[in-house]
Amino acid sequence: MAAPQSSGEIAYNASMKILVMEDDREAADYLKKAFAEAGHTAHVAGDGETGFALADAGDYDVMVIDRLMPRRDGLSVIAALRSRGNTTPVLILSALGEVDDRVTGLRAGGDDYLTKPYAFSELLARVEVLNRRASARESETVYRVGDLELDRLSHSVRRAGREITLQPREFRLLEYLMRHAGQVVTRTMLLENVWDYHFDPQTNVIDVHVSRLRGKIEKGFDKPILHTIRGAGYMLKAARA
Amino acid sequence: MALSLPAIMKTTAARLSALYLLLFALCAVLLVLYMTSLSARMLTAQTQETINDEVLGLAQAYQRGGLPVLVRVVENRSRQPGANLYLIADANGQILTGNVQSLEPGVIETEGWTTRPFSYQRFGEGELDRLRGGGSDQTAPPPAAGGAQPEGEKGHNAIALVLRLPNQMIMLVGRDLGEPERFRAVIRRALTLALGMMGLGGLLIWFFVGRAALKRIDSVSDASRRIMGGDLSGRLPVTGAGDEFDRLSENLNTMLARIAMLNEGLKQVSDNIAHDLKTPLTRLRNRAEATLAGKHKTTDYRQALEGTIAESDQLIKTFNAILMISRLEAGYSSETTGPVDLAATVSDVVELYEPVAEEASVALEATVPEAITINGNRELIGQALSNIVDNAIKYSTGATEDPKVRVMLERAGGEIRLAVSDNGPGIPDDADRARVTERFVRLEKSRSQPGSGLGLSLAKAIMTFHNGRLDLLPANPGLSVVMSFPVRETH
Repeated sequence: MAAPQSSGEIAYNASMKILVMEDDREAADYLKKAFAEAGHTAHVAGDGETGFALADAGDYDVMVIDRLMPRRDGLSVIAALRSRGNTTPVLILSALGEVDDRVTGLRAGGDDYLTKPYAFSELLARVEVLNRRASARESETVYRVGDLELDRLSHSVRRAGREITLQPREFRLLEYLMRHAGQVVTRTMLLENVWDYHFDPQTNVIDVHVSRLRGKIEKGFDKPILHTIRGAGYMLKAARA
Repeated sequence: MALSLPAIMKTTAARLSALYLLLFALCAVLLVLYMTSLSARMLTAQTQETINDEVLGLAQAYQRGGLPVLVRVVENRSRQPGANLYLIADANGQILTGNVQSLEPGVIETEGWTTRPFSYQRFGEGELDRLRGGGSDQTAPPPAAGGAQPEGEKGHNAIALVLRLPNQMIMLVGRDLGEPERFRAVIRRALTLALGMMGLGGLLIWFFVGRAALKRIDSVSDASRRIMGGDLSGRLPVTGAGDEFDRLSENLNTMLARIAMLNEGLKQVSDNIAHDLKTPLTRLRNRAEATLAGKHKTTDYRQALEGTIAESDQLIKTFNAILMISRLEAGYSSETTGPVDLAATVSDVVELYEPVAEEASVALEATVPEAITINGNRELIGQALSNIVDNAIKYSTGATEDPKVRVMLERAGGEIRLAVSDNGPGIPDDADRARVTERFVRLEKSRSQPGSGLGLSLAKAIMTFHNGRLDLLPANPGLSVVMSFPVRETH
């Protein structure tokens, strides 16, 4: 097996350098503090011009950019950075949350879109998933987390050598969780990436899907592997030996 | 009302009329010029023809009896009243006979038609006596004509044909232009008069039409001022004439109705916010206050904070739903539409809810025919359907038999119907059924179930956005929620 071994712990808590462009002083300070508590370093720019200058000069892992800022709006900052060859992943924050706004934002070069008001846990989870140093797993054909193994080509899943049969949607769910193993994945992220819908389901439909999947990959095995992170979402992570 | 001239000129009607008037005048002047020149040309042509006839007659006389006969004929004709001009001169230009006493120098030197009208003097008129002596023994030269002019007498203008007889004598036959000149003057006067009348008429019409238009515009302005003053129920006057003003007023009235509706919607949203968001906000605040008040264990604080977060999340959801509903209802929405595979969306949502249904021991089945593609927004339709399916699963649990939810997509009578039916208690009361799609309406029996009371309102707004309908029908037992899309399929 040539595929690199993923322990599922590479990305988790790896410290990131984050650039936050947000004109609301209080919100920006809160983000800076909250990112610091999560083990990351955040720099804050209060307007588009300053943000552009910082982004152009510094080497950031992820940028969080507010769409509406003084002096230069978020989308034009992103477009300018992209045209200068800056590929740092960008998460757009916006009070505009309609499908169309999201599409415009992503088309301008953003990698993810989050509508205000948001939960910090949601923002953190998304930023960690965007982290460019951790998101190199797209090309891998086999994902491994502990004794769980998923083959993306043959669509087969094994745990401790035992074949596990999954429905197509369950397979995609597990695939997404394994790609981001060791990272918190929120319910909306799952709905967006596995089902490709952006609306709010009224009931916690995602929870039921996850618990069903959990039944299949944990039942009969002694160690839990799919963890619920309270107030945030889920994380696939091998138990420490 | 009294209008000053500058005020009148500020109106479009006046400006347009002025422009029309100007163009009209220009055309009229051109017309007069054309007509007079045309008539002059015609008269000249006629004159030349008469002269030609005359010359022909004289030529015949000459052939018959040579110069003596010609001279006699000319003398005869010269004496007739209103006669043409006749003149016979020798090779040097010395006048021998005819009724012309003198004429502009140089006229008889060139053969053929005179190139322009020339002035002349007949025998027996003007300063005949004084000129007689000189006139007869002189050639054609100046004194005669030159002497006549300064005295204010215009003389006469004529055109003539000058011929050279075989014996080198010169003969001139001409015709006075007085008649055509008069005619031209008459035409010019008549046309000018007619033009003046027309111009005056135009001004009068402009005045009355313009005033009528101004009056109607003023009434529209008055009405709109009243509406701007806050009376959104006011409408612009429609006279029933069915003209442009009526059409404009009708369109503006439709616009006003739409604005009033939007305004109503906005008021409703603020009412909703006041009534239904204040309550949970107060609860949130009270809980935080209560937690702060006493002495508690750390875990209690934690729990209270978690509860606060959960409750604010719910508030945000509600808030988003209200915003979405009003944006959809406002008709203005930047949501993009495109071809949506309705069958695939139904399968997606059913698949999404299948585990939830299973957990609640509700049988969820879907009947989806071949792919049905409509023009719409996949996200919105997915949202609406998921709200409805969510409700159906929740309320079918009260069924007397095995709870069951059926989702059926079909073409029916020129529509595409997507029906979600449950076999729960349903909503037996017709009025209640009509009411549940209103915002925040939650029937008494459903108070115990979680939810904001916005799910069906949102679904309804989404259906309206798609030019469709949302109907709630009794399913005996249970409730059938039917989303009807108009058939406007893309391919």
